[in-house]
Amino acid sequence: MKRNIPHEIEPLKALQEFTSARIAIGRVGTSIPLKQSLEFKLAHAHARDAVYSELNSVKLTGSLKHFEQPILHLHSQVTDRRQYLQRPDLGRKLDENSLNELKGYSNGSDIAIMIVDGLSATAVNENTIGLLDALIPLLVANGLKLAPISLVEQGRVAIGDDIGYGLKAKLSLILIGERPGLSSADSLGAYLTYNPKPGLTDESRNCVSNIRPKGLTYKKAAKKIFYLINEAFKRKLSGVELKDNAGLISEG
Amino acid sequence: MYRHNIHHRVYKFPNLKTLLGKASPYRSGDELAGLCAGGYEERVAAQITLADVPLKNFLNEAVVPYEDDEITRLIIDDHNEIAFSHISHLTVGELRDWLLSDETDCATLTTIAPGLTPEMVAAVSKLMRNQDLIAMANKCQVVTRFRNTIGLRGRFSTRLQPNHPTDDPRGVAASIIDGLLFSSGDAVIGINPATDSPAAVSNLLTLMDELRHRFDIPTQTCVLSHITTTLQLVNEGAPVDLCFQSIAGTEKANASFGVNLSLIEEAYLATLSLKRGTVGNNVMYFETGQGSALSANANFGVDQQTCEVRAYAVARKFNPLLVNTVVGFIGPEYLYDGKQIIRAALEDHFCGKLLGLPMGVDVCYTNHAEADQDDMDNLLTLLGVAGCNFVMGIPGSDDIMLNYQSTSFHDALYLRKVLGLKPAPEFEQWLIKQGIVDDKGSMLPVNEHGLLGGF
Repeated sequence: MKRNIPHEIEPLKALQEFTSARIAIGRVGTSIPLKQSLEFKLAHAHARDAVYSELNSVKLTGSLKHFEQPILHLHSQVTDRRQYLQRPDLGRKLDENSLNELKGYSNGSDIAIMIVDGLSATAVNENTIGLLDALIPLLVANGLKLAPISLVEQGRVAIGDDIGYGLKAKLSLILIGERPGLSSADSLGAYLTYNPKPGLTDESRNCVSNIRPKGLTYKKAAKKIFYLINEAFKRKLSGVELKDNAGLISEG
Repeated sequence: MYRHNIHHRVYKFPNLKTLLGKASPYRSGDELAGLCAGGYEERVAAQITLADVPLKNFLNEAVVPYEDDEITRLIIDDHNEIAFSHISHLTVGELRDWLLSDETDCATLTTIAPGLTPEMVAAVSKLMRNQDLIAMANKCQVVTRFRNTIGLRGRFSTRLQPNHPTDDPRGVAASIIDGLLFSSGDAVIGINPATDSPAAVSNLLTLMDELRHRFDIPTQTCVLSHITTTLQLVNEGAPVDLCFQSIAGTEKANASFGVNLSLIEEAYLATLSLKRGTVGNNVMYFETGQGSALSANANFGVDQQTCEVRAYAVARKFNPLLVNTVVGFIGPEYLYDGKQIIRAALEDHFCGKLLGLPMGVDVCYTNHAEADQDDMDNLLTLLGVAGCNFVMGIPGSDDIMLNYQSTSFHDALYLRKVLGLKPAPEFEQWLIKQGIVDDKGSMLPVNEHGLLGGF
């Protein structure tokens, strides 16, 4: 029996060096060949698994010990992933137990670091410690006082406003799993907010995105975050105004 | 006050906008906004109540106040009484039956379209099953023209979407050539730019214009930058075929996009003045999507589907070549799963077509939605049957810049094959002349094609 070979456009294959788009994948009839179809399915499976992954609290708590900070275990008002995906408003608010938990730690600090599952706990589980190993020594060497580190389940970015406010921190740094893409299910995002308080919007934050070994490396990300933190303290603000200036400097 | 009794239980709806929200088929965005029915019975009670509302009521009861919103003013001030007189005696429910009747044909629908308001159309869609939405949309034919003719019966077009995360010209060109060799790009070759800087956008426009000239491709190109960027580039003499903008259904939501009606009008007239179209002069390309008003905190208690149809009032004012509802891009807090995405797409397609718009659909989903390729296959097939004007064409379904999944070049080939559809006639002739397809529309081997010589 004659084997059905996918019709491929060989010269087009050379164009693949210019883009990671799925070009020149050939066809069988009008359909995508099986190999490419399964590759796509696998990438989607990784993204789906990442959305439903959970914070590995035990392992993270153990790894965070060497930073010698108290560790808080907090939770949003969301009950499960299904609700998390449909009610972003509840993912932005702490539940009552968590609010009470914060009360014992409101004696003021410079920076509150929060580790939040977001849309990919996988990203958090895999990349947070590496990033903090590069970042925390920079902060400590600069004399910045850290608040207790929070581990937050079912959280969105804005939950950091509640936490930072409760801890009386001058700046909140949220490390959160980003929405998984087909090529990256493990992207970590860092959001910093000066003078965090409930009710802020995204305009008040700065973001460093795509933190992962194959994206923005830990060392580069830590440097970028550290720069933004210093600028935020210097100018006593964060968000749109800070971003413009930082953009100019990093391009130069 | 609107009311209905079911088994001694009285359902009351204080106003039209509450009634529209409660009558909507369930979706997560209306739940998030606190607008949807409390249960199955209340939803059907609202639909039964809505069916008895006279269409005339819609002209007297605005869902967003006339004084506060320029889109409400546009809807009311541009309403055509003569067109409306054919149907002014009907209720919403009677309109549904009248639309579906054998006597109501495409010509009749075109006649009454200026007499319909978006809220009437949204209301009637809420009384329809998916099958009704498909059957009705299939009755409508909306044809537009620039360098080719889009929307003819038996034709099905695609927007070639060659996005690249850094706008690298070679990366973009590689995807364009791949797409053209897969017969994609007759609706438009349209790039979502990674940055909105005029210089970067101008480079992409020039790249596409040169490619189009060199191979004499009967299609149009577009960089989907903000309308102010496009306007600036038109004034600077850049090769702008189409003027793009995302729009929504309230003035406040549009303000969050940085646009208003007078700005769109200015850009429309500027683009029109270039007279670059050869077979027609529809120069606008609009994108919409359910949930945009709520996400801008600008829905005024109006359900997301009604807000969406109000955006079509903006679109129809400017005679667009293409209107594209980007249905699954917004995420699961607005449309949770495949079922909700499919329903929303069929609603948008039908409502736009009934209002006289050249509707296409970005058949798409994000990775945090409960949807996958199977759901998109279903939706694409339904839209093909419904007579959708165009969908997207993206290499392998994977948009590496916007990080979501839409339809692939292959998907369009599939749909054309199973439903016997062809590309826009001018583009079809070009494909045959170029040896990309034979005269029956079957793909030919293109290993040596001249398009590959550009690198």
